Amino acid sequence: MENLANIFVRATFIDNMIFAYFLGMCSYLAVSKTVKTSIGLGVAVAFVLLVTVPINYLINAYLLSPGALARLFEGGAHIDLGYLSFIVFIAVVAAVVQLLEMIIEKYTPALYNQLGIFLPLIAVNCAIMGASLFMQEREYNSIAETFAFALGSGLGWLLAIAGVAAIREKLATANIPAPLRGVGITFIVTGLMAISFMSFLGISI
Amino acid sequence: MKIPLLLGPLSKNNPILAQILGICSALAVTAKMEPALVMGVSVTAVTALASLILSALRDAIPNRVRIIVQLVVVSALVIIIDQLLKAFAYDASKQLSVFVGLIITNCIIMGRVEAFALANKPWPSLLDGVGNGLGYAIILLLVAFFRELLGSGALFGARVIPEALYERGYANNGLMILPPAALILVGVIIWIHRARNKELIES
Repeated sequence: MENLANIFVRATFIDNMIFAYFLGMCSYLAVSKTVKTSIGLGVAVAFVLLVTVPINYLINAYLLSPGALARLFEGGAHIDLGYLSFIVFIAVVAAVVQLLEMIIEKYTPALYNQLGIFLPLIAVNCAIMGASLFMQEREYNSIAETFAFALGSGLGWLLAIAGVAAIREKLATANIPAPLRGVGITFIVTGLMAISFMSFLGISI
Repeated sequence: MKIPLLLGPLSKNNPILAQILGICSALAVTAKMEPALVMGVSVTAVTALASLILSALRDAIPNRVRIIVQLVVVSALVIIIDQLLKAFAYDASKQLSVFVGLIITNCIIMGRVEAFALANKPWPSLLDGVGNGLGYAIILLLVAFFRELLGSGALFGARVIPEALYERGYANNGLMILPPAALILVGVIIWIHRARNKELIES
Protein backbone atom coordinates (compact mmCIF):
# COMPACT_ATOMS: atom_id res chain seq x y z
CA MET A 1 0.00 0.00 0.00
CA GLU A 2 2.80 2.40 0.93
CA ASN A 3 4.48 1.67 -2.35
CA LEU A 4 1.29 2.40 -4.29
CA ALA A 5 0.75 5.70 -2.49
CA ASN A 6 4.36 6.61 -3.21
CA ILE A 7 3.97 5.90 -6.94
CA PHE A 8 0.75 7.92 -7.00
CA VAL A 9 2.25 10.97 -5.28
CA ARG A 10 5.40 10.82 -7.41
CA ALA A 11 3.40 10.69 -10.63
CA THR A 12 1.11 13.54 -9.58
CA PHE A 13 3.50 16.08 -8.13
CA ILE A 14 7.16 15.21 -8.71
CA ASP A 15 7.16 13.60 -12.15
CA ASN A 16 4.25 15.75 -13.30
CA MET A 17 3.53 15.16 -16.99
CA ILE A 18 3.48 18.87 -17.87
CA PHE A 19 5.96 20.41 -15.46
CA ALA A 20 8.66 17.75 -15.50
CA TYR A 21 8.29 16.17 -18.96
CA PHE A 22 6.33 18.70 -21.07
CA LEU A 23 3.99 15.97 -22.29
CA GLY A 24 0.66 16.98 -23.81
CA MET A 25 1.79 20.58 -24.28
CA CYS A 26 -0.06 21.04 -27.57
CA SER A 27 -3.57 20.58 -26.23
CA TYR A 28 -2.45 22.16 -22.96
CA LEU A 29 -1.66 25.40 -24.81
CA ALA A 30 -4.61 25.25 -27.19
CA VAL A 31 -7.43 24.45 -24.75
CA SER A 32 -6.40 26.30 -21.57
CA LYS A 33 -8.23 29.56 -22.25
CA THR A 34 -11.12 28.90 -19.84
CA VAL A 35 -11.27 26.80 -16.67
CA LYS A 36 -14.46 24.97 -17.65
CA THR A 37 -13.26 23.50 -20.95
CA SER A 38 -9.82 22.74 -19.57
CA ILE A 39 -11.31 20.71 -16.71
CA GLY A 40 -13.35 18.83 -19.34
CA LEU A 41 -10.21 18.00 -21.30
CA GLY A 42 -8.29 17.18 -18.13
CA VAL A 43 -10.93 14.67 -17.00
CA ALA A 44 -10.99 13.08 -20.47
CA VAL A 45 -7.19 12.72 -20.52
CA ALA A 46 -7.14 11.27 -16.99
CA PHE A 47 -9.86 8.78 -17.93
CA VAL A 48 -8.13 7.63 -21.14
CA LEU A 49 -4.86 7.26 -19.22
CA LEU A 50 -6.56 5.10 -16.62
CA VAL A 51 -7.85 2.76 -19.35
CA THR A 52 -4.93 2.62 -21.80
CA VAL A 53 -1.93 2.32 -19.47
CA PRO A 54 -3.12 -0.90 -17.73
CA ILE A 55 -4.12 -2.42 -21.12
CA ASN A 56 -0.69 -1.61 -22.51
CA TYR A 57 0.87 -3.00 -19.33
CA LEU A 58 -0.86 -6.35 -19.86
CA ILE A 59 0.10 -6.46 -23.54
CA ASN A 60 3.69 -5.56 -22.71
CA ALA A 61 4.00 -8.06 -19.87
CA TYR A 62 2.31 -11.02 -21.55
CA LEU A 63 3.08 -10.57 -25.25
CA LEU A 64 5.89 -8.15 -26.03
CA SER A 65 8.56 -8.45 -23.35
CA PRO A 66 11.43 -10.87 -24.05
CA GLY A 67 10.44 -14.46 -23.34
CA ALA A 68 6.80 -13.63 -22.58
CA LEU A 69 5.63 -15.83 -25.44
CA ALA A 70 7.12 -18.91 -23.75
CA ARG A 71 3.88 -19.11 -21.75
CA LEU A 72 1.87 -19.48 -24.94
CA PHE A 73 3.79 -22.02 -27.00
CA GLU A 74 7.03 -23.94 -27.05
CA GLY A 75 10.06 -22.12 -28.39
CA GLY A 76 8.50 -18.75 -27.56
CA ALA A 77 11.33 -18.03 -25.13
CA HIS A 78 13.62 -16.90 -27.96
CA ILE A 79 11.23 -14.36 -29.40
CA ASP A 80 11.55 -10.69 -28.40
CA LEU A 81 8.76 -8.57 -29.82
CA GLY A 82 9.88 -5.46 -27.91
CA TYR A 83 10.48 -3.49 -31.09
CA LEU A 84 6.74 -3.67 -31.84
CA SER A 85 5.78 -1.80 -28.67
CA PHE A 86 5.49 1.68 -30.30
CA ILE A 87 3.08 0.56 -32.98
CA VAL A 88 1.03 -1.61 -30.60
CA PHE A 89 0.75 1.10 -27.94
CA ILE A 90 -0.39 3.77 -30.39
CA ALA A 91 -2.90 1.36 -31.94
CA VAL A 92 -4.33 0.55 -28.49
CA VAL A 93 -4.58 4.25 -27.65
CA ALA A 94 -6.32 5.09 -30.94
CA ALA A 95 -8.70 2.15 -30.62
CA VAL A 96 -9.59 2.88 -26.97
CA VAL A 97 -10.23 6.54 -27.76
CA GLN A 98 -12.50 5.59 -30.66
CA LEU A 99 -14.34 3.03 -28.52
CA LEU A 100 -14.77 5.43 -25.61
CA GLU A 101 -16.14 8.06 -27.96
CA MET A 102 -18.78 5.61 -29.22
CA ILE A 103 -19.70 4.36 -25.71
CA ILE A 104 -19.95 7.84 -24.21
CA GLU A 105 -22.04 9.04 -27.16
CA LYS A 106 -24.49 6.15 -26.78
CA TYR A 107 -24.97 6.07 -23.01
CA THR A 108 -24.22 9.56 -21.67
CA PRO A 109 -25.00 12.15 -24.35
CA ALA A 110 -24.62 14.99 -21.84
CA LEU A 111 -21.01 14.02 -21.10
CA TYR A 112 -20.42 13.50 -24.82
CA ASN A 113 -21.49 17.05 -25.55
CA GLN A 114 -18.94 18.30 -23.06
CA LEU A 115 -16.04 16.04 -23.97
CA GLY A 116 -16.95 15.19 -27.56
CA ILE A 117 -14.69 17.68 -29.29
CA PHE A 118 -11.70 16.74 -27.16
CA LEU A 119 -11.80 12.98 -27.53
CA PRO A 120 -10.30 12.74 -31.05
CA LEU A 121 -7.56 15.17 -29.94
CA ILE A 122 -6.58 12.81 -27.15
CA ALA A 123 -5.48 10.01 -29.51
CA VAL A 124 -2.40 12.04 -30.44
CA ASN A 125 -1.89 13.57 -27.00
CA CYS A 126 1.71 12.83 -26.03
CA ALA A 127 0.75 12.47 -22.35
CA ILE A 128 -1.17 9.27 -23.13
CA MET A 129 1.52 7.67 -25.27
CA GLY A 130 4.19 9.00 -22.91
CA ALA A 131 2.58 7.37 -19.88
CA SER A 132 2.56 3.98 -21.66
CA LEU A 133 6.23 4.37 -22.60
CA PHE A 134 7.17 5.43 -19.06
CA MET A 135 5.27 2.41 -17.76
CA GLN A 136 7.42 0.21 -20.01
CA GLU A 137 10.68 1.96 -19.11
CA ARG A 138 10.16 2.08 -15.33
CA GLU A 139 9.18 -1.59 -15.22
CA TYR A 140 6.28 -1.54 -12.79
CA ASN A 141 5.76 -4.95 -11.25
CA SER A 142 2.02 -5.32 -10.90
CA ILE A 143 -1.21 -4.09 -12.41
CA ALA A 144 -1.98 -2.25 -9.14
CA GLU A 145 1.21 -0.18 -9.47
CA THR A 146 0.30 0.61 -13.06
CA PHE A 147 -3.13 1.82 -11.98
CA ALA A 148 -1.59 4.01 -9.27
CA PHE A 149 0.81 5.49 -11.83
CA ALA A 150 -1.93 6.12 -14.42
CA LEU A 151 -4.24 7.71 -11.85
CA GLY A 152 -1.45 9.95 -10.53
CA SER A 153 -0.35 11.05 -14.01
CA GLY A 154 -3.90 11.86 -15.07
CA LEU A 155 -4.59 13.83 -11.90
CA GLY A 156 -1.30 15.71 -12.30
CA TRP A 157 -2.18 16.67 -15.87
CA LEU A 158 -5.66 17.79 -14.78
CA LEU A 159 -4.17 19.92 -11.97
CA ALA A 160 -1.71 21.54 -14.37
CA ILE A 161 -4.22 22.48 -17.07
CA ALA A 162 -6.87 23.66 -14.58
CA GLY A 163 -4.26 25.78 -12.77
CA VAL A 164 -2.89 27.45 -15.88
CA ALA A 165 -6.41 28.08 -17.23
CA ALA A 166 -7.35 29.88 -14.01
CA ILE A 167 -4.22 32.04 -14.31
CA ARG A 168 -4.90 32.76 -17.99
CA GLU A 169 -8.45 33.90 -17.17
CA LYS A 170 -6.96 36.48 -14.80
CA LEU A 171 -4.23 37.43 -17.29
CA ALA A 172 -6.87 38.32 -19.90
CA THR A 173 -7.26 41.71 -18.22
CA ALA A 174 -3.55 42.24 -17.47
CA ASN A 175 -1.38 44.65 -19.45
CA ILE A 176 1.09 42.28 -21.15
CA PRO A 177 3.57 43.46 -23.83
CA ALA A 178 1.90 42.77 -27.20
CA PRO A 179 4.42 40.22 -28.61
CA LEU A 180 4.21 38.20 -25.39
CA ARG A 181 0.41 37.86 -25.38
CA GLY A 182 -1.15 34.43 -25.75
CA VAL A 183 1.36 31.61 -26.09
CA GLY A 184 4.46 33.49 -24.92
CA ILE A 185 3.13 34.47 -21.50
CA THR A 186 1.58 31.02 -21.08
CA PHE A 187 5.02 29.46 -21.45
CA ILE A 188 6.52 31.78 -18.87
CA VAL A 189 3.60 31.23 -16.45
CA THR A 190 4.00 27.46 -16.90
CA GLY A 191 7.72 27.80 -16.17
CA LEU A 192 6.97 29.65 -12.93
CA MET A 193 4.35 27.02 -11.98
CA ALA A 194 6.92 24.31 -12.70
CA ILE A 195 9.39 26.01 -10.33
CA SER A 196 6.76 25.97 -7.58
CA PHE A 197 6.03 22.28 -8.28
CA MET A 198 9.72 21.55 -7.83
CA SER A 199 9.27 22.19 -4.13
CA PHE A 200 7.69 18.71 -4.01
CA LEU A 201 11.03 17.16 -5.01
CA GLY A 202 12.23 14.59 -2.53
CA ILE A 203 8.84 13.96 -0.93
CA SER A 204 8.14 10.29 -0.37
CA ILE A 205 5.61 8.50 1.77
CA MET B 1 8.84 28.74 -55.94
CA LYS B 2 10.11 25.68 -54.08
CA ILE B 3 12.48 27.69 -51.91
CA PRO B 4 9.79 29.17 -49.57
CA LEU B 5 8.57 25.64 -48.80
CA LEU B 6 11.99 24.77 -47.46
CA LEU B 7 13.03 28.06 -45.85
CA GLY B 8 9.70 29.50 -44.68
CA PRO B 9 9.40 27.19 -41.68
CA LEU B 10 12.89 28.11 -40.47
CA SER B 11 11.82 31.48 -39.15
CA LYS B 12 8.65 33.24 -40.18
CA ASN B 13 6.40 30.18 -40.34
CA ASN B 14 8.32 28.19 -37.73
CA PRO B 15 6.36 25.14 -36.49
CA ILE B 16 7.14 25.80 -32.83
CA LEU B 17 7.04 29.61 -32.75
CA ALA B 18 4.26 30.40 -35.22
CA GLN B 19 2.16 27.27 -35.60
CA ILE B 20 2.63 26.11 -31.95
CA LEU B 21 3.09 22.49 -32.99
CA GLY B 22 5.37 19.83 -31.60
CA ILE B 23 6.25 21.34 -28.25
CA CYS B 24 5.03 18.17 -26.57
CA SER B 25 8.22 16.23 -26.42
CA ALA B 26 10.58 18.96 -27.61
CA LEU B 27 11.69 20.60 -24.44
CA ALA B 28 12.62 17.64 -22.28
CA VAL B 29 15.66 16.86 -24.45
CA THR B 30 17.15 20.37 -24.44
CA ALA B 31 19.28 20.25 -21.28
CA LYS B 32 22.31 19.44 -23.49
CA MET B 33 23.20 20.13 -27.14
CA GLU B 34 23.91 16.53 -28.13
CA PRO B 35 20.52 14.90 -27.40
CA ALA B 36 18.83 17.99 -28.86
CA LEU B 37 20.77 17.52 -32.11
CA VAL B 38 19.96 13.80 -32.30
CA MET B 39 16.30 14.53 -31.60
CA GLY B 40 16.21 17.31 -34.22
CA VAL B 41 17.76 15.07 -36.88
CA SER B 42 15.39 12.18 -36.03
CA VAL B 43 12.29 14.35 -36.18
CA THR B 44 13.42 15.92 -39.47
CA ALA B 45 13.91 12.47 -40.99
CA VAL B 46 10.52 11.20 -39.80
CA THR B 47 8.64 14.35 -40.85
CA ALA B 48 10.22 14.35 -44.32
CA LEU B 49 9.67 10.63 -44.99
CA ALA B 50 6.14 10.58 -43.52
CA SER B 51 5.15 13.56 -45.69
CA LEU B 52 6.70 11.92 -48.76
CA ILE B 53 5.10 8.48 -48.23
CA LEU B 54 1.66 9.74 -47.24
CA SER B 55 1.64 12.25 -50.09
CA ALA B 56 2.42 9.46 -52.55
CA LEU B 57 -0.40 7.36 -51.03
CA ARG B 58 -2.88 10.22 -50.68
CA ASP B 59 -5.24 9.07 -53.46
CA ALA B 60 -5.29 5.49 -52.19
CA ILE B 61 -6.20 6.27 -48.55
CA PRO B 62 -9.94 6.39 -47.76
CA ASN B 63 -10.72 9.58 -45.86
CA ARG B 64 -12.38 7.86 -42.90
CA VAL B 65 -9.40 5.72 -41.91
CA ARG B 66 -6.66 8.22 -42.75
CA ILE B 67 -5.66 8.91 -39.13
CA ILE B 68 -4.96 5.22 -38.51
CA VAL B 69 -2.99 4.93 -41.76
CA GLN B 70 -0.95 8.00 -40.81
CA LEU B 71 -0.24 6.59 -37.35
CA VAL B 72 0.89 3.27 -38.80
CA VAL B 73 3.25 4.90 -41.32
CA VAL B 74 4.69 7.26 -38.70
CA SER B 75 5.13 4.51 -36.08
CA ALA B 76 6.87 2.27 -38.62
CA LEU B 77 9.32 5.11 -39.42
CA VAL B 78 9.90 5.82 -35.72
CA ILE B 79 10.57 2.13 -35.02
CA ILE B 80 13.25 2.21 -37.76
CA ILE B 81 14.81 5.37 -36.26
CA ASP B 82 14.70 3.83 -32.78
CA GLN B 83 16.43 0.64 -33.93
CA LEU B 84 19.06 2.68 -35.84
CA LEU B 85 19.77 4.81 -32.77
CA LYS B 86 20.05 1.72 -30.57
CA ALA B 87 22.49 0.17 -33.05
CA PHE B 88 24.71 3.15 -33.88
CA ALA B 89 24.22 5.75 -31.13
CA TYR B 90 23.35 3.74 -28.03
CA ASP B 91 24.27 6.45 -25.51
CA ALA B 92 22.15 9.07 -27.26
CA SER B 93 19.28 6.58 -27.47
CA LYS B 94 19.51 5.96 -23.70
CA GLN B 95 19.55 9.72 -23.01
CA LEU B 96 16.47 10.32 -25.13
CA SER B 97 14.70 7.36 -23.44
CA VAL B 98 10.96 7.56 -24.07
CA PHE B 99 11.17 10.67 -26.23
CA VAL B 100 12.15 8.72 -29.35
CA GLY B 101 8.86 6.82 -29.09
CA LEU B 102 7.05 10.09 -28.53
CA ILE B 103 8.05 11.31 -32.01
CA ILE B 104 4.96 9.33 -33.09
CA THR B 105 2.66 11.71 -31.26
CA ASN B 106 4.67 14.79 -32.23
CA CYS B 107 2.07 17.21 -33.54
CA ILE B 108 4.40 18.57 -36.25
CA ILE B 109 4.30 15.31 -38.19
CA MET B 110 0.53 14.78 -38.08
CA GLY B 111 -0.02 18.51 -38.49
CA ARG B 112 2.08 18.80 -41.66
CA VAL B 113 0.64 15.60 -43.14
CA GLU B 114 -2.92 16.77 -42.52
CA ALA B 115 -2.34 20.36 -43.55
CA PHE B 116 0.03 19.89 -46.49
CA ALA B 117 1.04 16.41 -47.63
CA LEU B 118 -2.50 15.11 -48.19
CA ALA B 119 -3.22 17.93 -50.62
CA ASN B 120 0.09 18.19 -52.49
CA LYS B 121 2.44 16.21 -54.72
CA PRO B 122 5.25 14.13 -53.13
CA TRP B 123 8.17 16.46 -54.00
CA PRO B 124 6.76 19.67 -52.46
CA SER B 125 5.59 17.55 -49.48
CA LEU B 126 9.12 16.28 -48.94
CA LEU B 127 10.48 19.84 -48.99
CA ASP B 128 7.76 20.97 -46.60
CA GLY B 129 8.59 18.08 -44.27
CA VAL B 130 12.32 18.82 -44.30
CA GLY B 131 11.70 22.54 -43.78
CA ASN B 132 9.41 22.01 -40.79
CA GLY B 133 11.71 19.40 -39.29
CA LEU B 134 14.65 21.81 -39.55
CA GLY B 135 12.57 24.65 -38.10
CA TYR B 136 11.91 22.41 -35.10
CA ALA B 137 15.57 21.37 -34.84
CA ILE B 138 16.74 25.01 -34.85
CA ILE B 139 14.56 25.90 -31.85
CA LEU B 140 15.69 22.77 -29.97
CA LEU B 141 19.34 23.66 -30.59
CA LEU B 142 18.79 27.31 -29.65
CA VAL B 143 17.19 26.37 -26.32
CA ALA B 144 19.82 23.67 -25.69
CA PHE B 145 22.63 26.16 -26.49
CA PHE B 146 21.59 28.54 -23.73
CA ARG B 147 20.72 25.78 -21.25
CA GLU B 148 24.02 23.95 -21.64
CA LEU B 149 26.14 27.12 -21.82
CA LEU B 150 24.60 28.76 -18.75
CA GLY B 151 23.78 25.56 -16.87
CA SER B 152 26.92 23.48 -17.36
CA GLY B 153 29.35 26.00 -18.90
CA ALA B 154 29.86 23.64 -21.83
CA LEU B 155 28.75 23.05 -25.44
CA PHE B 156 28.38 19.52 -26.83
CA GLY B 157 29.99 18.35 -23.59
CA ALA B 158 33.17 20.41 -24.13
CA ARG B 159 33.87 23.07 -21.52
CA VAL B 160 33.86 26.57 -23.02
CA ILE B 161 33.84 28.83 -19.97
CA PRO B 162 37.47 29.17 -18.82
CA GLU B 163 38.60 27.91 -15.41
CA ALA B 164 39.88 31.38 -14.53
CA LEU B 165 36.33 32.69 -14.51
CA TYR B 166 35.23 30.04 -12.00
CA GLU B 167 38.18 30.96 -9.77
CA ARG B 168 36.94 34.53 -9.69
CA GLY B 169 33.58 33.37 -8.34
CA TYR B 170 31.53 32.62 -11.48
CA ALA B 171 29.05 29.79 -10.88
CA ASN B 172 26.90 27.75 -13.25
CA ASN B 173 23.20 28.54 -13.07
CA GLY B 174 21.68 25.32 -11.75
CA LEU B 175 18.15 26.39 -12.66
CA MET B 176 19.05 26.18 -16.36
CA ILE B 177 19.40 22.39 -16.18
CA LEU B 178 15.97 21.97 -14.61
CA PRO B 179 12.78 21.70 -16.70
CA PRO B 180 11.28 25.15 -15.89
CA ALA B 181 14.17 26.94 -17.63
CA ALA B 182 13.19 25.40 -20.98
CA LEU B 183 9.65 26.76 -20.68
CA ILE B 184 10.82 30.26 -19.76
CA LEU B 185 13.45 30.27 -22.56
CA VAL B 186 10.86 29.28 -25.18
CA GLY B 187 8.56 32.01 -23.84
CA VAL B 188 11.36 34.56 -24.30
CA ILE B 189 12.22 33.24 -27.79
CA ILE B 190 8.55 33.57 -28.81
CA TRP B 191 8.57 37.12 -27.40
CA ILE B 192 11.61 38.14 -29.47
CA HIS B 193 10.32 36.36 -32.59
CA ARG B 194 6.93 38.07 -32.41
CA ALA B 195 8.45 41.46 -31.69
CA ARG B 196 10.22 41.08 -35.07
CA ASN B 197 7.24 39.54 -36.91
CA LYS B 198 4.40 41.80 -35.88
CA GLU B 199 1.71 39.97 -37.86
CA LEU B 200 1.98 36.98 -35.49
CA ILE B 201 0.94 38.98 -32.43
CA GLU B 202 -2.25 37.65 -30.80
CA SER B 203 -4.96 40.17 -29.97
